[in-house]
Amino acid sequence: MRRLQITKIVLILAIGIAVPFAGFGQQMESHIGNLTGHSEAGRQLYYRYCWGCHGARGNGDGENAPYLNILPRNFVIGAFKCRSTPTGTLPLDSDLFSTLKRGINFTNMPNWSALTDQQRADLVAFIKTFSPRWKTEKPGDAIQVPAEPALSVASIKHGSELFQKLECWKCHGQEGRGDGPSASTLTDSNDQPIRPYNFTSDNRSKCGKTNQDLYKIFMTGLDGTPMPSFADVIKPEDAWDLVHFLRTLQYNNKSPELALWLSTKEGAEIVNAKKVQNTYTGSGVKP
Amino acid sequence: MSKKHVVLAGAVMLAASAVALAGPAGGTVSGKVTYEGTPAKMKPIDMSKEPSCQKMYTTPPTVETVVTGSGNSLQDVVVYISAGAPDDAAPSTAAVFTQKGCRYIPHILAFQVNQEIKIVNEDQTSHNIHPLPKVNREWNKSQPPGTPPISEKYDKAEFIPVKCNVHPWMHGNFAVLKNSHYAITGDGGAFSLGNLPPGKYTVTAWQESYGDQSQEVTISGSETKTVNFVFKAKPY
Repeated sequence: MRRLQITKIVLILAIGIAVPFAGFGQQMESHIGNLTGHSEAGRQLYYRYCWGCHGARGNGDGENAPYLNILPRNFVIGAFKCRSTPTGTLPLDSDLFSTLKRGINFTNMPNWSALTDQQRADLVAFIKTFSPRWKTEKPGDAIQVPAEPALSVASIKHGSELFQKLECWKCHGQEGRGDGPSASTLTDSNDQPIRPYNFTSDNRSKCGKTNQDLYKIFMTGLDGTPMPSFADVIKPEDAWDLVHFLRTLQYNNKSPELALWLSTKEGAEIVNAKKVQNTYTGSGVKP
Repeated sequence: MSKKHVVLAGAVMLAASAVALAGPAGGTVSGKVTYEGTPAKMKPIDMSKEPSCQKMYTTPPTVETVVTGSGNSLQDVVVYISAGAPDDAAPSTAAVFTQKGCRYIPHILAFQVNQEIKIVNEDQTSHNIHPLPKVNREWNKSQPPGTPPISEKYDKAEFIPVKCNVHPWMHGNFAVLKNSHYAITGDGGAFSLGNLPPGKYTVTAWQESYGDQSQEVTISGSETKTVNFVFKAKPY
């Protein structure tokens, strides 16, 4: 009788432990270049480094989640910000791998550069076990980024026109400070307030700091945020002009684009007028 | 061919077309959706941040989360067969969702799983179309003025809120349904679901603020059954 009870307790304990991890029986692989990641290896790493925020079931409800501004990603939904694939599609393994390596700037997601490439590949494989989408869908076809044309003043000026025409300023502000007329009303897909990117803060955007990263951000959109995809409305050659212009908004970042823009009379006037001293926002209100 | 034969042939054709017009013999579920209590007053929308839209209205339009009509009727309620009917193939015509005056027309677009939807921007401003599904894929696309319609599909049944992040007052809904037996109530709150073969059905009414209600109904032959829905209005 007593033995039966012990068996019962052991059984209940076993179920209690197993249930939170149920459904992750399937194996996944990730392929990044020559690397192959294995979900079984990634599982160990996930339950050491990731679940505090992303939760035991990967749905973003880890014990730290309530304290985070911009909630941790819910891997069950399978929507990711930093992709090279069109909006609404799954990212490439290499996109997730890059996010782990880089972190997501301006959020609580740190970079995991302390892990090895193999470990990051294993984690990518494990993250893919959370959403059924990885079994029924393939990642989208990566958006083709054509070679960057030579930088020119004309390119920057055309980019500036696009910034007006596409109404980027409605959220990002005319000076790119993230303070446009719609900025204060923005919420992400978790119904949490979210700020548009402030170009004057530094040269890193959420999904990386190269010109290619900038190009991809507005062409793919950042899924789960208000930032939409412009892939259907910006031609590839125009997109590079917009990238060149956006760089000039980052006036604290010594980029070739900014240097060229400052060398023109028009550009220098615009940039210098923006450099309001001693304020956080440039709005004239002293902190 | 004698005159008599021609008349006879004509009569047969007429009879045949009459049968065809009646469609597959089936029953109908019809009724009315009403509310009891006091619904919240729908607030006027402040479009001052988008003058190109604001100037299209002499009096500001109101939000549309609860639209009432004469005789306590509820408009914009999706009434559909949620169980009992087989899934239908998607029709080949596209359902059209228009952005005009910084509002969505219609406020609720109902269509079938895998049916094409076309999203049109008739405004002089850029919109982003950001549906927020839970079970379907989430996407978010910008649509500046004068650009071609966006074509999309959904492969799972779901009620999906739609918003434009640039114009936060813009709010609409996609109702992705499994079969062709659905209706959206207009002024008067009436609906009619036809062509139902004999059988037992669950009729569901969905209102975006008040949730959904279901009733069972059994159709035998070509009768018309009446099913009414009453939602409890919330004053806030």
